[in-house]
Amino acid sequence: MAEHVIRLPDVGEGIAEAELVEWQVKVGDLVRADTTLAAVMTDKATVEIPSPMDGEIIWLGAEIGDKVAVGSDLVRLKVAGEKDSASTAQPQARAALADAPRAAPATKTHPTTDAEQRSARPVISPRQAPRTAPSATPRSGAFAGAVRPVASPAVRLRAREAGFDLRQIPGTGPAGRITHEDLDAFAARDPRVARSQTLQPKSAVEDVKVIGLRRRIAEQMATAHARIPHITYVEEVDVTALEDLRESLNRRKRKEQPRLTLLPFLMRAMVSAVAKQPRLNALYDDEAGVIHQHAGVHIGVATQTPTGLLVPVVRHVEALNLWDCAAEIARLAETARTGSATREDLSGSTITLTSLGAMGGVVSTPIINHPEVAIVGVNKIMMRPVWNGSGFVPRKMMNLSSSFDHRVIDGWDAATFVQDIKALLETPALIFASD
Amino acid sequence: MREISCKLLVIGAGPGGYVCAIRAGQLGIDTVVVEANKLGGTCLNIGCIPSKALIHAADEFERVTHFASGKSPLGISLGTPQFDLARTMQWKDGIVGRLSGGVSGLLKKASVKIVEGWARFLDGKTVEVETEIGRQIVRSEHVVIATGSHAVELPGLPFGGPVISSTEALSLKAVPHNLVVVGAGYIGLELGTAFAKLGAAVTVIEALPRILPQYDAELTRPVSERLHELGITVLTGARAKELTQAKDGLIVEQSDGSLMTIETDRILVAIGHKPATEGWGLEEIDLDMDGPFIDIDDRCRTSMRGVYAIGDVTGEPMLAHRASAQGEMVADIVAGKRRAWDRACIPAICFTDPEVVIAGLTPEDAKAANIEIVTDAFPLRANGRAMTLASDSGFVRMVARADNHLLLGIQGVGVGISELSAAFSLAIEMGARLEDVAGTIFAHPTLSEGMLDAALKTLGQPIHI
Repeated sequence: MAEHVIRLPDVGEGIAEAELVEWQVKVGDLVRADTTLAAVMTDKATVEIPSPMDGEIIWLGAEIGDKVAVGSDLVRLKVAGEKDSASTAQPQARAALADAPRAAPATKTHPTTDAEQRSARPVISPRQAPRTAPSATPRSGAFAGAVRPVASPAVRLRAREAGFDLRQIPGTGPAGRITHEDLDAFAARDPRVARSQTLQPKSAVEDVKVIGLRRRIAEQMATAHARIPHITYVEEVDVTALEDLRESLNRRKRKEQPRLTLLPFLMRAMVSAVAKQPRLNALYDDEAGVIHQHAGVHIGVATQTPTGLLVPVVRHVEALNLWDCAAEIARLAETARTGSATREDLSGSTITLTSLGAMGGVVSTPIINHPEVAIVGVNKIMMRPVWNGSGFVPRKMMNLSSSFDHRVIDGWDAATFVQDIKALLETPALIFASD
Repeated sequence: MREISCKLLVIGAGPGGYVCAIRAGQLGIDTVVVEANKLGGTCLNIGCIPSKALIHAADEFERVTHFASGKSPLGISLGTPQFDLARTMQWKDGIVGRLSGGVSGLLKKASVKIVEGWARFLDGKTVEVETEIGRQIVRSEHVVIATGSHAVELPGLPFGGPVISSTEALSLKAVPHNLVVVGAGYIGLELGTAFAKLGAAVTVIEALPRILPQYDAELTRPVSERLHELGITVLTGARAKELTQAKDGLIVEQSDGSLMTIETDRILVAIGHKPATEGWGLEEIDLDMDGPFIDIDDRCRTSMRGVYAIGDVTGEPMLAHRASAQGEMVADIVAGKRRAWDRACIPAICFTDPEVVIAGLTPEDAKAANIEIVTDAFPLRANGRAMTLASDSGFVRMVARADNHLLLGIQGVGVGISELSAAFSLAIEMGARLEDVAGTIFAHPTLSEGMLDAALKTLGQPIHI
């Protein structure tokens, strides 16, 4: 029997490493050629790694969540034959699940050269457990008598199990010794410790690895929040007329037409508003110092899925009517939720719309979908009393909470943009008039 | 090739490994321990236990020899005593066998699986064991490296022929006529003293300026005096170079640079131990090192997740009780308990004549750590029990913080003082002050009263001096 090493293939587009998100086999499994061994996720897509031949898995080269360098050993197979061998598996792109941080379409791309890829050493980054002190164990019989809290071993154990830091606990004993009574007193003040007999404090900590889509989201959010100085602008919109119109359209719609939600109206209003303020429908490449203003309006629609937040993209909204928009939103939401969205479905937006529907709250502070420059957040519709000049009347009111990249969007422009949308939504006929 | 899986794999069944495995087994963890040699490791088989057996036999023989000389003030006299080292060794081997069997029984009682053979890492979770019945693969969620340490060889004096390590010294068939001990650390002095008492002409060679260089001069002085009394030649500042051509002597470079030849039939090299980091696949898992030792944190975790290291392989002090405490802690951690190394002191004992105990900080340690201290020693010549045992050299010394009298260290030297080590470390571990010791009733007449008197003296209120 010989050993066959399967290496992580080049998963494309100048990617030097990929995150292992799934093992479909374990050591000892017998596999056939083309059996899927693992799935790795890059910035762009999830890729399945099939086995190139029949064999028995004898070694797995990474743990879920590890970043694996292209070209490094991923799996070792026991195979028939005499000679040890190695190969690079043929990747099979799976439906992309990642809301990929995109390179601006208009920026130049710099394909990674082979040399650069090779220079990225094929090393599986070891996942080190967090370590309190690199070498805190006393190396000799001595101890730092000056700094450690004085307490008997039993008190120390009790404190550790309760999760108390002895340095935080005043000792009332001789020489400042911390007694069991001191622990009791500290525990009594500690809000984590329940005072009732039936309610017990829990000290278990579950470690959940941040991997896959969650890691992507975390990275994307961190980038957006760290790089973009957000300005959030909130305005209320009277949607009474819009809601009447929407209900009326839904009553009259043909069977094959989708039900209209508020989103298609908003999207059409955004198209009109960005026509006046093209700078808002843009991708800002802050390294190159260039704002790429797009003529086409590609609206990302933030969507909650079982695995996390995805942003499918309705492309060329400027060329879609209300019903087209509604149909496209319905299709994308479905593919995102079932995990069958393609990379195209999930990339290329130029401005983003986020709505939690009835869960929308009164105000939100949306994070811009970097490198875009604007995001429109939709809060819930509430019946509120509105002064019409002579009396209070019940009106369906809704807030829009929108964030802008303040580096390139001034407050005035942001306000103008939102006011335009407000005007269109409050007099919905204008949405069609501007078509 | 057979394969087993477990939750915890312990490599090495010395005092670190077997304690870890037993505790883990008791906690319901599916545990496997691998040992290439005998259960109990260095400590039980070729270290602490057999050496103490030999030392005890030597002490007894020296006692009766003293009686036979007619010089004993106790009024005991007897005819010329005889000594049969082979029978002593048999007795010693019996003790070792019983203890090793005991470890085996304890492991089984804790439902720990014992695999006999040489382990080698394939990766951080997989170990291959060469056993008598073939290769076995053990896969484990957690692995504890407890491989221990080996005696260090001296360049120019490799083990073999007349050059022996403590292991061979503890299984000699006959008492050598001449014995040169290279290294005046605790192992060299313990064994050198024992063989001197058994009739060997012993010379001790130490490269540093004094014996037991890790301890302060005050503590080692009674030992020095006793070595002299026993007729042991101590050459400090001297270096062992090589064997003579005829291999019947050792060439030694003295402190003044001149060479001398010591005729001898055995040379015991006891210059220290080095961590056992070779031959078990350390290179496969590429752990962070701390000098020659495996680097660990305060939970005995290495740089690889799920891999722990305990005992001598992790550094000084290379002591069985440190390894055991670490092993127990790691078992708790693997069982999901919150633990971290927070011991206040690791006591150490030299079973020389007289014995030396150190626990916690010495006055020099405290000075180096910039701590204001009060310290004083109570001599055992003022202790009634020491007098009645006809061995009143030595003292007990207290080291406490000057501001609140918190005990930082207790040291002692004296015959039988090793048994006081428990009181020393308990006081320090409990965070006792000098007043706590002074306020405790120590039974009379005992050596342990030396501890009470030392506390009183350090407080400036001595009674018996």
